[in-house]
Amino acid sequence: MAADEFIIRQISVFSENRPGRLAAIAHALEEERVNIFAFSIAEASGFGVVRALVDHPERAHDRLTREGFNVAFTDVIAVRMRDEPGGLYEVAHLLGEAKINIEYSYAYSGPAGAVLILRVDRPEAAIDAITAAGKDLIPSSAFA
Amino acid sequence: MTPWNPRFEEMPAADLDRLQYRLAKTLAARLYAFSPIYHARMREAGVHPDDIRSLEDVRKLPFMYKRDLRDTYPDGLFTVPREELVRYHVSSGTTGKPTVVGYTEKDIELWTESLARAFTSIGLGRGDVIQVSYGYGLFTGGLGAHYGAERIGATVLPTSVGNTERQVELMQDLGATAIACTPSYLLHIGEVAEKMGINLGRDTALRTGILGAEPWSEQMRRHIQERLGIKAYDIYGTSELSGPMFTECAEQHGIHIWRDLALIEVIDPESGEPLAPGERGELVVTMLQKEALPICRYRIGDISSIMDEVCACGRAHPRIARITGRVDDMLIIRGINVFPSQIEHALLEIPEVGEHFQIVVDRKGTLDEMLVRVEVSKEAFSDKIADLMRIERGVAHRLRNTLNVAVQVELVEPGSLPRFEGKAKRVIDRRVL
Repeated sequence: MAADEFIIRQISVFSENRPGRLAAIAHALEEERVNIFAFSIAEASGFGVVRALVDHPERAHDRLTREGFNVAFTDVIAVRMRDEPGGLYEVAHLLGEAKINIEYSYAYSGPAGAVLILRVDRPEAAIDAITAAGKDLIPSSAFA
Repeated sequence: MTPWNPRFEEMPAADLDRLQYRLAKTLAARLYAFSPIYHARMREAGVHPDDIRSLEDVRKLPFMYKRDLRDTYPDGLFTVPREELVRYHVSSGTTGKPTVVGYTEKDIELWTESLARAFTSIGLGRGDVIQVSYGYGLFTGGLGAHYGAERIGATVLPTSVGNTERQVELMQDLGATAIACTPSYLLHIGEVAEKMGINLGRDTALRTGILGAEPWSEQMRRHIQERLGIKAYDIYGTSELSGPMFTECAEQHGIHIWRDLALIEVIDPESGEPLAPGERGELVVTMLQKEALPICRYRIGDISSIMDEVCACGRAHPRIARITGRVDDMLIIRGINVFPSQIEHALLEIPEVGEHFQIVVDRKGTLDEMLVRVEVSKEAFSDKIADLMRIERGVAHRLRNTLNVAVQVELVEPGSLPRFEGKAKRVIDRRVL
């Protein structure tokens, strides 16, 4: 049960790869007064997936769905890193040692430090390994 | 089920043979006497009305083509004086001139009679409310279905096309039990209703769809029936035949062509030679009783086959199999014949994508390239690019196996492909030849 509090609901949005699509998503979120903590775009040839950590995932999901977007929730975890050389290595290395595969990841660095957002194949094992190594996981409550 | 017109609908095949022969011979004589163009064509072919001595001899008569109607615009093929006409319809020509069709009072009467038999055969009648969502006006669909529906004593709700939310409201408020429209428009109505929180199957009295005016498939029928909770019947006709004329019966297995009204053949589109029942080719129609604009061995351009065994409903009138394409809609991609209906057929078997699609054909150098755009379904959407690319490859693989030609697939956002409120225009051909 303890692991659950570290599982964060990321919103993922299917988007065609053409001008104006990100603006349409961002505008809808602005109108819903949803704040974006972090986001990334993964792209294939004709389409992409916009992934974002927001303060009101349900509200964002409903609004974007109403706008006709294909939206899904995805479970991710967020790890605080040292914001200096070697910070990323520490986290990536410990997951590698624990044989946990990173499916994708993105990061942000702000006044409160650097944060690595991870989608992994075994979230519970990742949470255990990260906690055991004394690293700091950000609870999902921090994003609401 | 009592037929609308037992005398003709239950007529034995031998009597229908004699009736068709007599009507065909009269038609040939009338064309020879009153149609200068067809007269000239008969002379050219060396056929005189006296040469029609059996039903098989109809094959001696020359063909009529769509271009004959255009070449004689507006009324060069009419064989009655203008004061005999009670109505015109005009079909929009996508290329060149439109075609004009005219009707005498009897033409309208027989058109209505044909649909009265058809609608009765699918269980409609007094007490039904039939929403006619085909376009009214110059297009034959709206008025044709309207007259047929009134004739059987049903109540007509003449909504025509467009303003879909209002269509849904009226369907619900006035208790429409049947709707006549294109299959793609009915799907659109279903989508709009869903957005309004209305499930057509659960929240309305709708139970019958009379669907046509564009090609559709058995898979699309299943999809419509399951999704909307109705029975969907195919309707067939073109303005040259008068308009929508014929439908399937309750068996949903082929469209009955009333033999006292029309004589059908299926031919090889290349050689013009007749094909046997069950063989697929170009449909050729002779309208046996039409007055204002006689139609004789008309090359209609639709691909079908004839089913001539007696139907399970008991009628000896032959049926035509579902239209699988048009001789002139056929795309030739790298020398291979491709019908958009084949793509529709294949996509409906793939749950990860929606039923709407768009085909873009282009030429890179000397090679044709075909791109099919499909909407990724809500259920199949994965956050992982690899999963989405797997769907793309899966669809491409499936289409390649169906069409025997390489296809590129592009996933697009749900709702982004055009919905059609008339004939679906799903092909963008950018090839400069």
